[in-house]
Amino acid sequence: MDFLRATTWAEALRMKADRPDATPIQGGTDVMVEINLDKGRPKALLDLTPVTELTEWSADSGIVRIGAGVTYTRVIAELADRLPGLAQASRTVGSPQIRNRGTVAGNLGAASPAGDSHPPLLASGAIVEAESVGGIRMIPIGDFYTGVKRNALAPGELIRAVHVPERRGPQYFSKIGTRNAMVIAVCSFGIALDVAARTVGTGIGSAAPTPRRAPEAETFLAENWSPGDPEVSRRFGELVAAAAAPIDDVRGSRDYRVHALAVMARRTLGWAWEEHRRTS
Amino acid sequence: MRVNVTVNGAPMTADDVWPGESLLYVLRERLGLPGAKNACEQGECGSCTVYLDGRPVCACLVAAGQAEGREVLTVEGLAPGEGELDPVQQAFVECGAVQCGFCTPGLIVQAHSLIARHDGVPADAEIREHLAGNLCRCTGYEKILDAVRLAARRKAGS
Repeated sequence: MDFLRATTWAEALRMKADRPDATPIQGGTDVMVEINLDKGRPKALLDLTPVTELTEWSADSGIVRIGAGVTYTRVIAELADRLPGLAQASRTVGSPQIRNRGTVAGNLGAASPAGDSHPPLLASGAIVEAESVGGIRMIPIGDFYTGVKRNALAPGELIRAVHVPERRGPQYFSKIGTRNAMVIAVCSFGIALDVAARTVGTGIGSAAPTPRRAPEAETFLAENWSPGDPEVSRRFGELVAAAAAPIDDVRGSRDYRVHALAVMARRTLGWAWEEHRRTS
Repeated sequence: MRVNVTVNGAPMTADDVWPGESLLYVLRERLGLPGAKNACEQGECGSCTVYLDGRPVCACLVAAGQAEGREVLTVEGLAPGEGELDPVQQAFVECGAVQCGFCTPGLIVQAHSLIARHDGVPADAEIREHLAGNLCRCTGYEKILDAVRLAARRKAGS
């Protein structure tokens, strides 16, 4: 195994072009587990933590561009007002030690269906900024996840940043786990209301081969925009559950996940309506 | 490969480091600092918690090469001098927050990072949240919470 240490973004791109087989590493919270437990042995590690360009975020024209080196701890501390859904999901990641290292971009790189970042990114329509020596590619989040732990990155590409629209209304994230810390989601759900447009975004986690939206639930709610109506919330929950395709595994059964998703979707919508009522 | 890292204030060098090796392995097996403990190797247990550039992290999840040029503070470096204890360590002793002791170094470092950022006594919910990534299978955590509250009260001077 080789260890490649990039000190600038340009150097990182050159290294990745020379060694497309190198695994990029930020917080190491996925990559190092694989190596420690001998589940995988990368040909090379490409360390991106010295690249200071990646540790910045910026906001422009209603879009927050989060550099690939921004940790969950910083998302929680610095972006909770602009991106409440992503901040809520970030609070449920691992433990303080994990959140001090792990990054949203790392979650995207690993592309586990259970990654906590994915539902809020889907719900708010994020865009992944990928780059290679050949140039920049903007990948809509819905096209990014291509299979279990697979994503749309080409061999020479690295994640530079993720672009997330600022909140346009209430956002909530809900996650089922066996305790309140250090859990991989049994299943999870993210919701983002766009109050002015009267539309809703959704994101389902850990209940299909990839994270995914629930388009029929989104359409239904846009056509039945009646804040607080329990029948609308119930039907919304059903449609979210119908969009999932979970399996039985060690963390939970298929049936439990379908049921839990309907409950989480109904509840998060209720919380969102309640916040909308309070603040409008 | 060679890794240069400042540990507990002293510049140190580790040679013949395998690129996939963790910072934890380097500390324990190459630099003679066995305070941080090796248990789960997947960030679940917190036994290997150390400060990396001032932030507590699981040393098992830091690739050794990522520590190049950085500053590490381990449980061995908390006490002001030989034969002395950091106030958090002292509180753990006084409260009986140690049984088998395996999780203790990680809990001490993680608790230290909570006390360091607080001038008052953190609420129980905050203490529990802060220590949620550190597993202890002996104490039931009650004495550990006592120790953290005691250390916080002493720092607050009440």
